[in-house]
Amino acid sequence: MKINIILAGVGGQGILTIAKVFGQVAVKQNLFLKQAEVHGMSQRGGDVQSNLRISDKEIFSDLIPEGEADLIISVEPMESLRYLPLLAPDGWLITNAKPFVNIPNYPEIETVYNEVRKVKNHVIIDAQGIAKEIGNVLASNIVMLGAAAEKTCFSMEQLEVALHEIFISKGEKVVDLNVKALRAGNEAKSL
Amino acid sequence: MQKLMLLGDEALAQGALDAGMSGCFAYPGTPSTEIMEYVQHNKEAVERDIHRTWGSNEKTIMEAAVGMSYAGKRTMACMKHVGLNVAADPFMNSAFVGANGGLIVAVADDPSMHSSQNEQDSRFYAKFAMIPCLEPSNQQECYDMAFLAFELSEKFKLPIMIRLETRLSHSRAGVTRRDKIAENVGKLPEDKNQFMLLPSFSRRKYKNLIKLQSELVAASENSEFNSYTDGSDKSLGIIACGLGYNYVMENLANRDVNYPILKISHYPLPRKLVEKMYKECDKILVVEDGQPIVEEMLKGYISGNEKIKGRLDGTFSYDGEMDPNKVAVALGFGKEVVGTVPEDIVGRPPALCVGCPHIDSFVTLNEALKEHGDGHVFSDIGCYTLGFMPPYNGINTCLDMGASITMAKGASDAGLFPAVAVIGDSTFSHSGLTGLLDCVYDKSNVVIIILDNATTGMTGGQNYTGENKIEEMCLGLGVEKEHIRVVTPLKRCHEEMVQVYKEEIAYNGVSIVIPRRECIQTMTRRIRAQKKAAKK
Ligand SMILES: Cc1ncc(C[n+]2csc(CCOP(=O)(O)OP(=O)(O)O)c2C)c(N)n1
Ligand code: SF4
Repeated sequence: MKINIILAGVGGQGILTIAKVFGQVAVKQNLFLKQAEVHGMSQRGGDVQSNLRISDKEIFSDLIPEGEADLIISVEPMESLRYLPLLAPDGWLITNAKPFVNIPNYPEIETVYNEVRKVKNHVIIDAQGIAKEIGNVLASNIVMLGAAAEKTCFSMEQLEVALHEIFISKGEKVVDLNVKALRAGNEAKSL
Repeated sequence: MQKLMLLGDEALAQGALDAGMSGCFAYPGTPSTEIMEYVQHNKEAVERDIHRTWGSNEKTIMEAAVGMSYAGKRTMACMKHVGLNVAADPFMNSAFVGANGGLIVAVADDPSMHSSQNEQDSRFYAKFAMIPCLEPSNQQECYDMAFLAFELSEKFKLPIMIRLETRLSHSRAGVTRRDKIAENVGKLPEDKNQFMLLPSFSRRKYKNLIKLQSELVAASENSEFNSYTDGSDKSLGIIACGLGYNYVMENLANRDVNYPILKISHYPLPRKLVEKMYKECDKILVVEDGQPIVEEMLKGYISGNEKIKGRLDGTFSYDGEMDPNKVAVALGFGKEVVGTVPEDIVGRPPALCVGCPHIDSFVTLNEALKEHGDGHVFSDIGCYTLGFMPPYNGINTCLDMGASITMAKGASDAGLFPAVAVIGDSTFSHSGLTGLLDCVYDKSNVVIIILDNATTGMTGGQNYTGENKIEEMCLGLGVEKEHIRVVTPLKRCHEEMVQVYKEEIAYNGVSIVIPRRECIQTMTRRIRAQKKAAKK
């Protein structure tokens, strides 16, 4: 097996937590993993991305080559489009609907959605709204993870176990919230 | 043993700890910062009481590391590529005095300048100093090379450079640990004069260093990190340096091509292996991340050598980070790219955080300077460099850490009035003090604004050596007490700030203004940590 995932968003939206959950599952299964992250300027609202590669064979490049990403998971709609050259022809683009507007020239949101819809395989979900309903908008990233789960080679059970392991140090409540977010994202319908 | 998931930086730190390091010395700088941060948060490092506090700048930490090596212990100095410019004097001379306890100089380069002011390649420095350089291609090698570096350092009595790049520094993968090596007990150098550079000693040391080169090459030729994989198709040979090896293998692993590949991760170049490839192959593609140092060495100066392909002949662009796509094109595997970035997608450049104290400092400074027109503000490197961006457009220069004060002085010496320097508190501690001393000595007509946000914000909020003593340092260097002014960068203090700036601009001499308010990010982290501590 081999999966290449681009995680995208804006600094502070928690994309590295998504990566961590996948990482936890991969390590348990003794798979190879490489995860290139952006560090440095992320706290100031710039775009951030992570290249996550998981495989049962040795992985060489830390960067996903053009046209070889199986999945783009984005916590922000415009950010999801920045990495289209990396997406495989039959790859999936899965994005949150809610824009993060911290620049004066953010495009019309409908234009952004239209571009997303041009991608053959796409999912747009209101992760923010779903997370709010569950009780904490900060769980939007895990909602996105849930929305993408089907398209990975990992089961919901494996992801739930990983969430438990990662969040248990913060208490059962935090674990429950995240598991709920994962499930809700998994059940969400594309807009 | 279970693998640890580590960034390249962290793998190097863990390797150095397991290989018996007694002290880590560093000044923060992306992408090298996480080396020291890992040591600081590592439980065993704390128990062993490994030296792990930040130093003032790269020169001081490099010298401290040489001192620890003198005392016979294993040590590592960590910095970003431009930090090595600051540390260049002790670095170059450390090749002459050499090492007693193992000495690693870990330098992280930033090809494509993700977070830097230039993209120089540190391998030139290693060659310049005539010392070995190890260039890991993956996280496991980062870990393993710490062991080799200490061993080589103590064997050859030389400092060893480990060169990282952003992509490896900030990428995570599984790392398997080895058996630990105990720290050195520590002992003085056998040769009492080893660390003494008088010209008469230096001449001898230089001759020794020159003589040692053939042994260093032999070590490279036998290194486990350099390998020659022969191939049946000799129309092309590939020399893949450091990370370049990954991009080559990414392209070749699943293809039925059979070029000889020379992987190089240990310099000086392994001459025998390079010459074998040169003799046997029709053409050679050099894949290296950074500047074309290996390619240039192979190609030579005289034109006409068409055999070597790389950044110099345009096979790759001269600048920018190497990646798997560039290598695919160079190997003739270019593929059609399906998706393109839609036109409407705009950049999302970093900006000062909402509520950042620097915002108030720039808004008020702009107002105070309005009557003098544009072009008076010399600045420096830090979050506040973003003050260049609209809507502030508040600064005119950024050269290197510390240059704001000395450039303002030079411009003032040329007659520019007003000449204002804007420098961060960490940057001031790094390399502002000597420049300020120059200003005081000449009684230059400058206003120096030291933005005290109680942290090294740009690199993620590290402590710095000058904390809580900015005024005292200025006083100690001879600035007059009445002209050291502290203000609070808050909206409600707007008028007062403008007034203070104006008064100090009007004063003909050295003025210091210190806008003091904590960085929002650092404050949030501090409060969170305090709450956590209180809970316990
Ligand atoms: C020689 C050198 N070392 C390290 C760095 C990395 N670096 C960039 S800005 C900076 C310091 C920023 O701190 P400060 O001056 O306090 O400003 P702030 O970011 O907090 O506003 C550092 C260490 C560098 N660019 N050059
Ligand atoms: S990190 Fe701190 S100093 Fe930097 S922009 Fe944000 S608030 Fe300002």
